[in-house]
This record gives sequence, C-alpha cells and structure tokens, in this order.
Amino acid sequence: MPVPMGHVLVFSLLLFSVGLLGVLTRRNAIIILMSIELMMNAANVNFIAFSRQQNNMVGQVFGVFTIAVAAGEVAIGLAVVLALFRNRDTVQVDEVHIMKG
Amino acid sequence: MTAAALIFYVLASIALISAGLVIWSRNSVHSAIYLVLTFLCVAAIYVLLQAEFVAAVQVLVYAGGIMVLFLFVIMLVSLTDTLGPRVRLHATLSSVIGASVVGLILSVYARGDVRPAGVGESVLRQGGNLQNVGLSLYRDYLLPFEIASILLLVAMIGAIVLARQKS
Repeated sequence: MPVPMGHVLVFSLLLFSVGLLGVLTRRNAIIILMSIELMMNAANVNFIAFSRQQNNMVGQVFGVFTIAVAAGEVAIGLAVVLALFRNRDTVQVDEVHIMKG
Repeated sequence: MTAAALIFYVLASIALISAGLVIWSRNSVHSAIYLVLTFLCVAAIYVLLQAEFVAAVQVLVYAGGIMVLFLFVIMLVSLTDTLGPRVRLHATLSSVIGASVVGLILSVYARGDVRPAGVGESVLRQGGNLQNVGLSLYRDYLLPFEIASILLLVAMIGAIVLARQKS
C-alpha cells in the first residue's frame, strides 16, 4: 500500500472532526445536514481503507450500503427542512423551540 | 515518498480545506459547491485505495444526486434566511466536546497497533473491482442489499409525504 494506513485514518479523523464542528456550531439546518454528510464520508473512508488493508471486499460492500443510507437520510432530512420552512418560516434550528419546556 | 502518497496528501489537503470552507462560508450555495469539491477529492482517494466502484458510486450519488437535492432546497427556502450571522452558540461547550472526541479517537489510534497493509497479491485486484463487489454484494450480502432497497423506498415515500403541500 503506497499510502500509510495511519495517514488515511488521520485524514478520516480530521474530516469527521470538521463535520462534528459544523454540527455543533452552525445553526442553519441545511449546513448541519451537510456536516452530517461529511461525517458519513469520513466513516466511509475508514471502511475503504480497512478493506484495502485487510484485503477483502466487505469494507467496500459496506461503503456502498453507507452511501445508500446517506442518500435516504438526506432526502428525509431535506424534506423535514422544507416542512419546517413552510410551517415556521425559518431554517435556523435555534429558533425552533416549540418542544422546549 | 511515492507518487501515490504525494497525490494522497494533495487530495487530502484539498478535501480538508474545502470541508472547512463548507462549515465556514456564510452563503449556503458556496457551502454546497465546496461540499462537491470535498466529495470529489474523497472519491479520488477511494480510487487510490483501489475501490473504483465505490468511487464511481460516490461521484454519481453524492456529487450528482445529493448535491442537486441540497441546491434545490437552498433555492426553495429563501436565501436571505440562510445568510444569517455566523453565531457560535455554546462555543466553549462545543470545542470541549469536539476536542475530547478527537482526543479519544487519537488515543485509540496511538494505543492500537495499526498493521501495515498485507503484502503479496491483492485480492482486490483479482478479476476486477466491479466483479468482486458484485459477487460479494449478491452472494454474501443479498439480504442487506434487499433491505437497503426497502430503506430507500421508505425514504422516498417519507420524503414525499413530508414535503407535500397541505391542500
């Protein structure tokens, strides 16, 4: 393997951290969904890297499954954002506190 | 340093910088464009890791389908609303949580021995990547594959129900 395994893992860790930072600091629901996509991508990089390291296909198959799940998650998430915008006229998550006690 | 390693470092840097710009830029459309750049770099890294099929799926599904969804929704909700100030809510709490998660993962990485890649003939190369993925997907993982299709069907119906105009 020309690329050291540890460097791929560190790259995936940094990508995940950027996504986590986005989820924790941004208030725009669309940006939060994008950050979740970044984190799923980081997990996927780990699947592919370990598949390469262990020399079997399972990681790649699960990578395909992860992409399918991410597609469904984005579709639902954006539908929720649209419904939110129709009903409350905002996509800023901290302005939606109807369930807060 | 081999050429593949050099390409990996360049791609990884571009991916990380554009990922940072996704969460940094004020305009949601800019975020979406930077997200496409990140996805493309990650797809190229998949090619470097000999996962050509996953790379193709990544480009088709992420850079194609998911980005179109994002752009449509950004344009459906009013853009002025997405241009809000970049307020850092609970910035201290967020950084503490984020730093501890990073430290946790790094400590696991430092403790465990990450073995180098197996030497010898790579199984991933025999008979082509697509053939191997297809065999594995339809022979060993047929049930999860069918469940994934049901999941996508449910997601499709759910998205239609959620986004439909009440009449």
